[in-house]
Amino acid sequence: MGQSITVTVNGEKKTAEVEPRLLLVHFLREKLRLTGTHIGCDTTHCGACTVLVDGTPVKSCTMLAVQADGQQVTTVEALAASGTLHPVQAAFKQEHGLQCGFCTPGMMLTGVALLQEKPDPTDDEIRWALSGNICRCTGYMNIVKAVKSAAAQMKASAAVPEAATASARS
Amino acid sequence: MAVETPLKGNIGDSIKRKEDDRFIRGRGNYLDDIVLPGMLYMAIHRSPFAHARIKSINTDAAQAVPGVVAVVTGALLAQHKLAWMPTLSGDTQAVLATDKVRFQGQEVACVIATDPYVARDAAMLVEVDYDVLPAVVTPQQALQPDAPLIRDEKEGQTSNHIYHWEAGDKAKTDEAFAKADRVVKLDTFYPRCHPSPLETCGIVADVNSATGHATLYMTSQAPHAHRTLFAIVAGLPEQNIRIISPDIGGGFGNKVPIYPGYVVATAASLLIGKPVKWVEDRSENLISTGFARDFHMSGEMALRNDGRMLGLRVKLLSDNGAFYADAQPTKFKAGLFHIVTGSYDVAAAHVEADGAYTNKAPGGVAYRCSFRVTEASYLIERLVESAALEMNLDPADIRLKNFIQPEQFPYMSATGFEYDSGNYPKAMQLALDKLGYKELRKEQAEKRKKGELMGIGVASFTEVVGAGPGKHYDIAGLRMFDSAELRVHPTGKAILKLGVKSQGQGHETTFAQIVTEELGIPAADIEVQEGDTDNTPYGLGTYASRSTPVGGAATAMVSRKLRDKAKKIAAHLLEASEADIEFDHGKFFVRGSPSKSKTIQDVAFAAYTNLPDGMEAGLEGVTYYDPPNMTFPFGTYLVVVDIDRGTGQVKVRRMVAVDDCGVRINPMIVEGQLHGGLTEGFGIAFMQLITFDEEGNCLGSNFTDYLLPTAWETPKFEMGETVTPSPHHPIGAKGVGESATVGSPAAFVNAVIDAVGHLGIKNIDMPVTSDKVWTALKEAGGAE
Repeated sequence: MGQSITVTVNGEKKTAEVEPRLLLVHFLREKLRLTGTHIGCDTTHCGACTVLVDGTPVKSCTMLAVQADGQQVTTVEALAASGTLHPVQAAFKQEHGLQCGFCTPGMMLTGVALLQEKPDPTDDEIRWALSGNICRCTGYMNIVKAVKSAAAQMKASAAVPEAATASARS
Repeated sequence: MAVETPLKGNIGDSIKRKEDDRFIRGRGNYLDDIVLPGMLYMAIHRSPFAHARIKSINTDAAQAVPGVVAVVTGALLAQHKLAWMPTLSGDTQAVLATDKVRFQGQEVACVIATDPYVARDAAMLVEVDYDVLPAVVTPQQALQPDAPLIRDEKEGQTSNHIYHWEAGDKAKTDEAFAKADRVVKLDTFYPRCHPSPLETCGIVADVNSATGHATLYMTSQAPHAHRTLFAIVAGLPEQNIRIISPDIGGGFGNKVPIYPGYVVATAASLLIGKPVKWVEDRSENLISTGFARDFHMSGEMALRNDGRMLGLRVKLLSDNGAFYADAQPTKFKAGLFHIVTGSYDVAAAHVEADGAYTNKAPGGVAYRCSFRVTEASYLIERLVESAALEMNLDPADIRLKNFIQPEQFPYMSATGFEYDSGNYPKAMQLALDKLGYKELRKEQAEKRKKGELMGIGVASFTEVVGAGPGKHYDIAGLRMFDSAELRVHPTGKAILKLGVKSQGQGHETTFAQIVTEELGIPAADIEVQEGDTDNTPYGLGTYASRSTPVGGAATAMVSRKLRDKAKKIAAHLLEASEADIEFDHGKFFVRGSPSKSKTIQDVAFAAYTNLPDGMEAGLEGVTYYDPPNMTFPFGTYLVVVDIDRGTGQVKVRRMVAVDDCGVRINPMIVEGQLHGGLTEGFGIAFMQLITFDEEGNCLGSNFTDYLLPTAWETPKFEMGETVTPSPHHPIGAKGVGESATVGSPAAFVNAVIDAVGHLGIKNIDMPVTSDKVWTALKEAGGAE
């Protein structure tokens, strides 16, 4: 009844026997104990479970673990893997883009994917990109600000890598 | 980038939040993240019907599923006297249904299994034979003489009527109406909505069968009160119960009640001897846990021809669902709805409230609101709008004419509240100036000539928060004080333990800042702990914007208690008389010679190493704070909308929000709270609706049907502030978490009515959807 899958999660190859019906989010949370990915609605609406699959934001509550076989999955735990906060993480703190923190991992990953595609997005582009991620606490204003400020930070660090790394650490 | 001087964290400093470091790394610890060895999983079988008699329950098929450990029914719970439990409003609620189901989604049986998927599979295999009964889905139906009796199990209950409650002075109000030039009326329905925190409710119950100790990890906004209620409900000795409320993914009132799932999981863990986890899915959260509002309100306002208000008369009918489970202070049957005179100097007011049972989920929680204050604020602000419209007065002018004036504080309202402080004209004027009100009125007039629909909504709310003085406010008999315990360690670092519990409000930062202000210890050196009943002092929890007014006051008071002791130690260290010691920002010095000083850190060390003779060691203390009064935050919200005549679509062009919550401890956090509250107000005004068909099927049982605002439609807010400190709060703060949700729905709806009122449209009940607006326009001949 189990099916063998190999998923590269945050850069590490993970092989497991899973039930075909096992949701990707449960694979990550229960099997790998990566609990930074949250479950908010079960129906793809809220985005708390957003992870990146091959770089694209995906709601892991409506994707089966077996569908991720052979793919690269990135969760929030990978964002500061090197010990330094990703500019999006630093900006969420700096701009007060989070309150209860439950939507934050999904929100940040969507932001990261957006900035990869569009390094200099407008407010409307940010709002549109984040519209599949619900936040009940912040009213989004500071989240939009955070993504924008991360964009500026990333741009600056691309220009002067060392200075930006130092300030992201502060 | 310029290097910023790190802020110490005094009051008024927008320091970054201490709690963020774990959240941005995905290292929060929410309920569902908790895994205990040998843990079992629970799933609930729920009623598909709103009203039905249970003929039989067959659990054989469920029991037979491999991995199922137990199936719990009401009959089993009844053997342990646990089939029913008390509610927070003195009623009873079924834990698992034994006789009838009374709302769709009611808990009927629970399956405990080794795997969550198995538990769910098996829960679907529980077979229940029902006799379906007619469902009652409105309070008006419920109070018909021939309505089916919902609570037939309650002795002496002969109708669906729950309570009748009054506030104010009827005779004086009748007199005011007799003298009035005009009476303006408004019937409005504040529909049922749901707080829907992004994290649903859940528990991990771990009862040690050897010791009888129960450790309950719960999504609880009020862990201490829950411990006591658990002791009473389950008959467990209170010293054996430890409730740990971990990081909470939003609460908004939804995590105040005790839910059947908590009780069953605890009972199951006790009976089986293993930890049991139960986490709701979203549909379960929406259909069974604490809803909000569902108030049918009729307001009448007596006025003079010049727009001066003379009296207010309100009748309200509350839909409480199948069990009267409102989370509210005992003495107030409709919460604090009688704050309904709002920001206005109204000499006479009378409120009559009735509640009714229906075949809908119980709840009546204070959704980002201090016990029905939102409903009250909505009604008065909509009623003032009606008066302005009918009397052809400017909505801002009529408010300015009737505001309680700054010199009238403390102000005793006609329904018995003593407002602590306020300056309503100042907040409104700031909002009007920020918006450019006059220019927009001109624009509106121009647009109207062209047939375009533009509206400016005004709302000037006053809240009553921070419950509350123990002599008036209690929940289930527990007085609504709150507490703070502060321990300053020898190295001058501190730990602060609180009876309240953050759900995202940033307590770890804000409360540290109060200690910083009072003792001078940098906020970075203060660890704030909450939520573990074994390790924090007793408190009533976080809801009704009470953490800062009550827990914050306790924090200031305990800091001052420690400061008094520290002063004695400083005198000893400085070889001076205590009377000559002064304190300023973390330094004790001898009056007149500031160079001779000791820091709070020096003093803390001495508290453990070098004390005056006869003094107890240590620098620790605890304070239980019973506030002398409630606090009354206020503000003015202005909204500009444009409406498409062809589709009825309302576009919020601008929103200006001026808030006065007294002294702001961390302005960044305060503003964040307001943004969130405004967004929820926007959601309630335009989107969020829990409704039912005539059979009692819930039509808002998932996020496809229950719409929440996303980043795309949420307006951008323009913020403003005035500061009128609370005179009785130790640091002058008032509480802010709910102001925006209380005040903003009326501003949004008033903007719509302001746009279409001239066509004869006087009211559109929330949520103000495009189809409702279009239909109203069509009926008024104003649609394209």
